[in-house]
Amino acid sequence: MTVDPFDIRLADILKGKKAAVAQALNLLEDKKPSSLERRVKLVETLSLNAKPERHVIGITGPPGVGKSTLISQLIPKYRAQKKSIGIITVDPSSKMSGGALLGDRTRISYDPKDVDIFIRSMAAGRHLGGVAWKTRHCLTLFESVYDRIIIETVGVGQSETEIADVVDTVVFVVQPGSGDSLQFMKAGIMEVPHILVMNKADRKSLAEKSKNELDAVASIGSTDKEGWNLTLTLTSALEGWGLDELVAAIEMHGLYLKERNISEKRRQNRIKWVYMIFRERFGSFAVDMLGGEKNILRILNQRDIINPFEEVQTFEQMFWKAISDSRLAASSSSTF
Amino acid sequence: MRKMNQIKDKPWLMRTYSGYASAQESNKLYRENMAKGQTGLSIAFDLPTQTGYDSDHILAHGEVGKLGVPMRNIEDMEVLFDQIPMEKINTSMTINAPTAWVLALYIAAAKKKGIAISGLRGTVQNDILKEYLSRGTYIFPPKPSMRLSADVISYTVNNIPKWNPINICSYHLQESGATPVQELAYTLANAMSVLDSIKARDDVRPEDFPRVVGRISFFLNAGIRFIEEICKVRVFTKMWDHICKDYYGVEDPKLRQFRYGVQVNSLGLTERQPENNIARIIYEFISVVLSKNARARSIQLPAWNEAFGLPRKWDQQWSLRLQQIMAFETDLLEYDDIFEGSEVISRKEKELEEEAAAELKIIMEMGGAIEALENGYMKRNLVQSNAKRLREIETQKRIVVGVNKFTEGESSPLTENIVQSFLSVDDAVEAEQISSLERFRKSRDKNKVAFALDHLGESVIAGENIMDASIKCAEAGVTTGEWADTLRDVLGEYRAPTGISGVLMGKLDNEDIARLRAKIQQLNEKLGRNLKLLIGKPGLDGHSNGAEQIAVKAREAGMEVVYEGIRLTPEKIAESALQEGVHVVGLSILSGSHLSLVPEVIRGMKQRGLEGIPLVLGGIIPKQDIPKMDLSIIRRVYAPRDFDLNRIMNEIIDVVARANDIKLSETEGNIRDG
Repeated sequence: MTVDPFDIRLADILKGKKAAVAQALNLLEDKKPSSLERRVKLVETLSLNAKPERHVIGITGPPGVGKSTLISQLIPKYRAQKKSIGIITVDPSSKMSGGALLGDRTRISYDPKDVDIFIRSMAAGRHLGGVAWKTRHCLTLFESVYDRIIIETVGVGQSETEIADVVDTVVFVVQPGSGDSLQFMKAGIMEVPHILVMNKADRKSLAEKSKNELDAVASIGSTDKEGWNLTLTLTSALEGWGLDELVAAIEMHGLYLKERNISEKRRQNRIKWVYMIFRERFGSFAVDMLGGEKNILRILNQRDIINPFEEVQTFEQMFWKAISDSRLAASSSSTF
Repeated sequence: MRKMNQIKDKPWLMRTYSGYASAQESNKLYRENMAKGQTGLSIAFDLPTQTGYDSDHILAHGEVGKLGVPMRNIEDMEVLFDQIPMEKINTSMTINAPTAWVLALYIAAAKKKGIAISGLRGTVQNDILKEYLSRGTYIFPPKPSMRLSADVISYTVNNIPKWNPINICSYHLQESGATPVQELAYTLANAMSVLDSIKARDDVRPEDFPRVVGRISFFLNAGIRFIEEICKVRVFTKMWDHICKDYYGVEDPKLRQFRYGVQVNSLGLTERQPENNIARIIYEFISVVLSKNARARSIQLPAWNEAFGLPRKWDQQWSLRLQQIMAFETDLLEYDDIFEGSEVISRKEKELEEEAAAELKIIMEMGGAIEALENGYMKRNLVQSNAKRLREIETQKRIVVGVNKFTEGESSPLTENIVQSFLSVDDAVEAEQISSLERFRKSRDKNKVAFALDHLGESVIAGENIMDASIKCAEAGVTTGEWADTLRDVLGEYRAPTGISGVLMGKLDNEDIARLRAKIQQLNEKLGRNLKLLIGKPGLDGHSNGAEQIAVKAREAGMEVVYEGIRLTPEKIAESALQEGVHVVGLSILSGSHLSLVPEVIRGMKQRGLEGIPLVLGGIIPKQDIPKMDLSIIRRVYAPRDFDLNRIMNEIIDVVARANDIKLSETEGNIRDG
């Protein structure tokens, strides 16, 4: 089956043929109105073909903690288990120029001949936080092709909570002596990560001190709404240890979710996705017109969401209706 | 009339940097140069040697013998020093990541000649930190690399006392855009991290430590702003003296001397009106000899036509004569330091010293040079300084005669036959070198090699000084690639920060940039996606300044830029182009390997169905080579002389528009924020 006039075959995408995956990604990133129909169709088809065993992992943390190096070392671990990997790295865009430096590939080493690994860099665009709006669309594609999907974002701030709305497992990476991120975590993001990684733990004395601090933070109580207790892992990407433990922790959380309510969690993520696209396209004015974020999420919660684009279109119609209703009201009131 | 009755100062050591495509040819050249009165040898190695690969490794393809001698095994070293009295000469080797190995080969070759190694004299560069910051020929991660470097230092201190085991370079930092303050601070921070790592070892006795300090030498660059440069070298000597005394407790003032060699700036040498470079070389050279108290110990001058490729013997001779005239015809060496008592100089010195000390303090507070390297701090600052320098040339705040001012000129008789007038390396060299390597591998005792490598691996794991095991490897017939692979297995490999992501460009002060942004906005809307550019550096060439500056500028103009750093295989670049869905690929190659690397990238792209993606090239690519490449895909070729980055950006936008059948209107669009 051909899903678009550029002749990308669905079968090729699902087999993970790189040229097809790359072309599909180009299409999903496209913003031209003329390609909307093809994008909608592609997302719908892909949504129906998501791999049941897939696991989406978000790796986030402040700049310079060694996220890319860590990912680089996770690759051979997963490849040794014969799992295919898709990686999306998100870098900030320049506010001034709209340009971006997508530099994370630099530190992710992989074999260019390996057909089961695909890395795509994205600019965060104008979107606040760190997760590009495109990321979600492209994730839909990766979910139907790869066993493990890693999304890397930089940041301390909104991006962590935002990434939690996209992935199954959130891994937050810190480094010893980074008092700031600890402060920040105490300030309230402890609920967000499922796994806390102290990378660069080769700096022994610092690592010990910081670990105590982290333990203290973790012991305050950090059980999320699925009942998962925050796992703390020490790694040294430089010396290459702690990786097996990290993989085990990630897999453990994946299993934990599968035994419980992963489909509900993913449904919630999808709902937030629809909301995100809608807000992205029509702005906060439109959100207000439809009774605010809470109301939109409530309506979405009552629906079966397969194709987010279609959902967005439904809301778009609601929005236009609300506009014309209010115009009617305004014009009728003016006659008086 | 001379008033002071003093002894005339001895002249400095005069070198020419050289290395030809094979050990035989280089040997011949060395012998000729020595006959001309040259007092020291300076050896350049090819990139595969510098990065620890044998000539037949996939990454070595196109690079064998290009920038120096291929040094694969003891046989190459013996040929290189055939009929040269190793016990009498002073040999300087530009080698860093595999220093322990190349020194082991040198020692093994000397031993075979029956020379007592304790009498050998010379210098190995052995300065790893600047490789991550600028030169690019690193192999292992910073910390293990520091250990290897310290192994060499401790070995020579105990066994070859007259050897200079490390030559800490600020040279390459300046080539990467460092300001004098950055040169001072980063170089001294680097030196301190070396001393700290020596201090932490137990194979250097505390009573020997001052002697280690005394053996550290430096390699500096001299730029065209020569008054400031004079002050810089004087501040170097003062700060180093202070550091050695106060931080490391070295009492003997002789051991605290800032001993340095110089190669003057080649970055500033121009391809346009290249004869002007002789003037630049002389003015730059003045700044490192004029002040007696801070005079360079050895000097090598680049050739006037270096921008075109490897200099010929005549070009090298000219550079040597410049030095000889200064030392033997002028009265320079008859006087004491002529700057003593100058208020102007001491004011400038104070300014430099204060700023450098402040910067040094920042690095120390981060935890030292290794930390400031790993977290990208130093690299980011260098890229930023270089961006500023280029912008100054662009806007004529900085004048480069013959390039951005006084550009009109007569045709030069020196450059009429420029195509013939520089020495290019024959591609047959690579095949010859590979077959000689294969012959060597067949001739050796396999068991001995395996045993020596096992021993080396164990010694690396055990944390022993690897020099002894390396010398045994050299004697057993181990090759460079085998030595380095054994260490790679234990120590791992590294990719350094590219430094480009944190660079701040400052305010939008330029109409050209505004126009570029508007044009890209327009293109983006028609493309449907944001213009995405992949910048690739294929091969082993680590000179990344050009690629970095293009990346920074492209982002400033509003492109999305994928830059993966140095040393990529052509296949990896093609694969990235596919996975990233880029609109255009830019390749930067300065090592002269373009004729083999570019076609390989194109082949990789075609295999992936990317023949529609246009390619632009940058680097040292002679005009006559351009038609030899696939012109259906290559749309533009740029040289280092193309300093107008805005123009390059503009052309890249046009190239992408044309490749996508998009017509851009020239009317300016609105500049949208964000």
